[in-house]
Amino acid sequence: MSNLNRRKFIKGTVASSAVLAAAAAGLLTPVSAMAASWPKKAFSSKKVGLVLKSLYGSDQVIESKDVKIRAPIQAENGSVVPFSIKTTIPNPEAITIMVTANAMPLTANIKLPSAGGYFSARIKMAKTSDVQVVVKSGGKLYSSKAKIKVTVGGCGG
Amino acid sequence: MARKMKVRTRTQDGMVEVLVLVSHPMETGLRKDKKTKKVIPAHWIQNMSLMHNGKLAAEANLGIAVSEDPLLGFRLPKAKNGDKIKITWKDNKGESGEISAVVDA
Repeated sequence: MSNLNRRKFIKGTVASSAVLAAAAAGLLTPVSAMAASWPKKAFSSKKVGLVLKSLYGSDQVIESKDVKIRAPIQAENGSVVPFSIKTTIPNPEAITIMVTANAMPLTANIKLPSAGGYFSARIKMAKTSDVQVVVKSGGKLYSSKAKIKVTVGGCGG
Repeated sequence: MARKMKVRTRTQDGMVEVLVLVSHPMETGLRKDKKTKKVIPAHWIQNMSLMHNGKLAAEANLGIAVSEDPLLGFRLPKAKNGDKIKITWKDNKGESGEISAVVDA
C-alpha cells in the first residue's frame, strides 16, 4: 500500500465511523435530535403562566380587543374544534394558542417573520375551556380569551 | 411513507391565505388502544414552516392538541399571484414532508 492510499484509507475509516456515531446518537435520542427548535419545556408545562414564562420569559399580558378569536361557542366534537385567530396589532412576531383546561395547555406557537397576524387550525379540547391566545409584538404580550363549550372531549378515550 | 399534502391559496381580507392540509395521525401518546389496552405511542407534527419566495414567512411549533390531519392557515400580506411558496414539516418520529406551490388567489 503506497503512502497516499494509506492516507485515503484512514480518512475513509474516520469519516464512516463519524457517520456511524451520528446515526447511533440519532437512534438513541430521536426526539431531542430531531426537534432542536421545538420548545419541549413550554409544551410540557401544565400552567398557562409557566408556558408564557418559558416561551417569552414573562407572563405579563395585556388584554386586547385587537386579538380576535373566531371559534364556535359550542363544539360538538372536542377532537376537531375549528379555530382561527386574527390580529390587527402591527408587526406581530408570534402567536401562541393555549387551551387552558387541557393537560398540556400549549397547542401551537407560531413565529411570524413576515406572515400576517393570522393563524387557523383545528384543535383538540379535553373539555369545556377557555382558549387563550397571546400575540407578541414589540416586546409586549397581548392576550384574548374565548370560551368554547365541549360536549364530547377530544383527548384520551 | 410519504404523507399526502395539499395546499391551496385564496384571497381573504385583501391578503393571500395559504391553507395546508397534511394527512397525519397526530397521536397524542395519551390514548389507549381499546382492544390491547396499550398506550398508542405519540406521533405528531412538531414543526411546520412556510417559505415565501425562498424566505421564511412563518414557523409553527405544534403540540399534541392539534387535530388529526391538520389543516393550518397562514396569511401573507405581501404575496402576489405567481409567488412561490413551499411548506415543510417534521414530526417527532423524524418523518418529514414538503410541498411547493404557486400563489393563485
